[in-house]
Amino acid sequence: MKVSMNVNGVERGGDVEPRVLLVDFLRTNLRQTGTHIGCDTTSCGACTVLLDGEPVKSCTLLAVQVQGRSITTVEGLAQGANLSPMQAGFHEEHGLQCGFCTPGMMLVGTALLERNPNPTEDEIRWAISGNICRCTGYMNIVKAIQHAAKATRAGASTPAAVGAAAGGE
Amino acid sequence: MAVHMHGRIGESIKRKEDGRFLRGKGSYLDDFVLPGMLHMAILRSPHAHARIMSVDTSAASAMPGVIAVVTGDLMAQHKLAWMPTLSGDTQAVLATDKVRFQGQEVAAVVAETKYQAEDARDAIVIEYEILPAVTSPDGAKAAGAALVRDEKEGQKDNHIYHWESGDQAKTQAAFAKAHKVVRLHTFYPRCHPAPLETCGCIADVNGATGKATIYMTSQAPHAIRTVFALVTGLPEQQIRIISPDIGGGFGNKVPVYPGYVVATAASLLIGRPVKWVEDRSENLISTGFARDFHMTGDLAVDEKGKMLALRVHLDSDNGAFFSDAQPSKFKAGLFHIVTGSYDIPTAHVTADGYYTNKAPGGVAFRCSFRVTEASYLIERLVTNAAIELGIDQAEFRMSNFIKPEQFPYTSATGWVYDSGDYPKAMDLALQKLGYDDLRKDVEARRKKGEVTGIGIASFTEVVGAGHGADFDILGLRMFDSAELRVHPTGKALLRMGTKSQGQGHETTFAQIVTEELGIPAADVAVEEGDTDTAPYGLGTYASRSTPVAGAATAMVSRKLREKARKIASHLLEAAEEDLEWEAGKFYVKGSPDRAKTIQDIAFAAYTNLPEGMEAGLEGVHYYDPPNMTYPFGTYAVVVDVDKGTGQVKVRRMVAVDDCGVRINPMIVEGQIHGGLTEGFGIAFMELITFDSDGNCIGSNFMDYLLPTAWETPKFELGETTTPSPHHPLGAKGVGESATVGSPAAYVNAVIDALSPYGITNIDMPIGPDKVWAALRSKGVTE
Repeated sequence: MKVSMNVNGVERGGDVEPRVLLVDFLRTNLRQTGTHIGCDTTSCGACTVLLDGEPVKSCTLLAVQVQGRSITTVEGLAQGANLSPMQAGFHEEHGLQCGFCTPGMMLVGTALLERNPNPTEDEIRWAISGNICRCTGYMNIVKAIQHAAKATRAGASTPAAVGAAAGGE
Repeated sequence: MAVHMHGRIGESIKRKEDGRFLRGKGSYLDDFVLPGMLHMAILRSPHAHARIMSVDTSAASAMPGVIAVVTGDLMAQHKLAWMPTLSGDTQAVLATDKVRFQGQEVAAVVAETKYQAEDARDAIVIEYEILPAVTSPDGAKAAGAALVRDEKEGQKDNHIYHWESGDQAKTQAAFAKAHKVVRLHTFYPRCHPAPLETCGCIADVNGATGKATIYMTSQAPHAIRTVFALVTGLPEQQIRIISPDIGGGFGNKVPVYPGYVVATAASLLIGRPVKWVEDRSENLISTGFARDFHMTGDLAVDEKGKMLALRVHLDSDNGAFFSDAQPSKFKAGLFHIVTGSYDIPTAHVTADGYYTNKAPGGVAFRCSFRVTEASYLIERLVTNAAIELGIDQAEFRMSNFIKPEQFPYTSATGWVYDSGDYPKAMDLALQKLGYDDLRKDVEARRKKGEVTGIGIASFTEVVGAGHGADFDILGLRMFDSAELRVHPTGKALLRMGTKSQGQGHETTFAQIVTEELGIPAADVAVEEGDTDTAPYGLGTYASRSTPVAGAATAMVSRKLREKARKIASHLLEAAEEDLEWEAGKFYVKGSPDRAKTIQDIAFAAYTNLPEGMEAGLEGVHYYDPPNMTYPFGTYAVVVDVDKGTGQVKVRRMVAVDDCGVRINPMIVEGQIHGGLTEGFGIAFMELITFDSDGNCIGSNFMDYLLPTAWETPKFELGETTTPSPHHPLGAKGVGESATVGSPAAYVNAVIDALSPYGITNIDMPIGPDKVWAALRSKGVTE
């Protein structure tokens, strides 16, 4: 089956069996390997991508189900050399160790801040509770998202940074 | 001339490795695609114990994309149906006679795509005759129990080993005189490291050169290379293991798994690269589990509450093959550290290992070879003894601690503890917790009918193996290595025998070079994991990277500094003994302006050498530690229990760690956070169990529960620093302390909360069902 979708702002297509999972399409067909596979049962969130801005687990969607829609993967977060506020937050707060869950965590965090620019700690913990991190114990991930929230709010007050922040999502 | 020295020991610099991970550009095993690469899927046994009657691969072989179907018989033709384990036993690569656990490897399909390989795998038809399953040590011992290892010559029962440590007669005598003996029988259940990335490999055997390049999720690539040479008969220089970025290991990625051997054999036979990546269920049901120790501890105390003697017996459930990853001389790992932080004059430890129809591979899940089980037993026993004796559990610990002036301290089972100050760590933990006020608060709440308690654990770990004369894996001494090359422009490349799985080696070990040689951490590239380029080492597990390879890094840096001194003496036209070293430069005593930086010296090492000196500024050091290191700490937990549901809520978690000198405190604290979380998971959630037929329960993340951000408590950390006297930097290692120390602290808090009702033990994981049942049995809830 032919399938096409917008991935990180670029129209991409392929010819796949209907049963091919979105995560396999992204990793194998498009060679976007930042999206990881951790459990196959929608439990761990390593395969999280944004579908039209909302976090979804790409191991539980077929590639053909997202025909014509927009996908953001971790590869779409940075603007060239500039890390997004979420990526910078994870670096500054030591929000990652092995890095395997990190793409999913950052995408969930990014989506959270889109709808709630100033989340409480509980709101952050609830938002990332579908994503498992085996290394960090989550405290620094919470801090990383808070760091990104603060930077995004500060950036939003200056017109020049608005574009950068919006473009970075 | 001022030298910028960003990244010395003690600085929390941000991690050098973050950039690629933040951009989704890490290179994990499954991200690699080699030209012509095929995909392999493994067929596993649905039964715990069954005889293989027939194997029919005809339908599978005819399916689209299938290149080969590999069976046990095919492997046997190449003498590869069995392989040696890390504990000197044998393990089936692909089953030929019987299957001995659910999930055992039976056959494999190699096909053009992953989907095709899995389709064809499901078309293989195996006929089994089901046999009764052995699922526990008690079952293994029972009269008439099925014989798990009937293929082993001389194996008449399911017993693997008997092992002892300590002084039986002296211990018996001490028990005879005891005022009181407190007993705890407890089961440390089977759990699993479950790194988020599963295990896998890409085997690429070049038919023209014979060179086998194997990309592998391995924590110990060099040891694996040697094992592979021994298993396959390939010359060792023709084997190259490459451990790329690893998505968490926690001990799970130390052993050699059958999939690695089958993929390598398949690549050799087919002449194309073969990728095998297990799925989550395969990871949970077949690869290195942890614990599964049934332990009974007796603590003898005198009338003043002084500990007199400790007696411990354990039955170990090793699964179908004895493939524990641990030093050869210690059949139950380093369990005999079980006297813990206490000055117990005599102890006797006995251990028996048993075969069962369960997955093999007892690994150190973020613990130094069974130290977790030992620490859990003694810390649980001490709390139970305090409750039974009516002594405050902090006070009981304090009065029995090994005292600071007793170090180096020789334990009753022969360990020589390098350094420690246990009361200091305990005092800090109690102070952070506000223990005295909290204790009063607990009493007040209990009067109101609340179920609440405080748990303490004061662990001592033993990490950083070797000394190589005592600690080896299959005879390989547990040294580790560092090779340092300083380039003409003063930038450096550090290669090591260890392998980071997220611990931040690229940053921490660069900082050691910064400290010792003055090259900024940003200028030091750290490489690990490629056996063709890195010096030989035993790998990263058992918290050994900083104690061993970190020491090697310091030593090689010092070697280079000595050569740098000679070059500086030449450049400055001053005698070597007239030069002073200050981080990053040599200067002439009394004339600080007459100086040469390490960068000047590095350039001179290639351009302007003293007559007769070898060019270059590089070296290698193999460090075999004189002793283990002994990190310690006190953890304290406050819990509230819901009487109606049995739900336990962790209200506070204070963790004071002493791991000696901290290289990068930010990374150290990250390690502690992670360990406290895994400890929390083990205490309350994580369980691999089996029904009486040997069906594995806990085979996916819907049954094997890992803590999420929602359940995980917030941690309050504290620090004391007691340097290791024998480590060149005073560091002790920290990767596993929190997993070792915390489970007992969590459980002790629950038991303290339930103790007013006469409940003295609940085995982990402490789910609400168990708590509710315990309360109900005492009439506390309906």
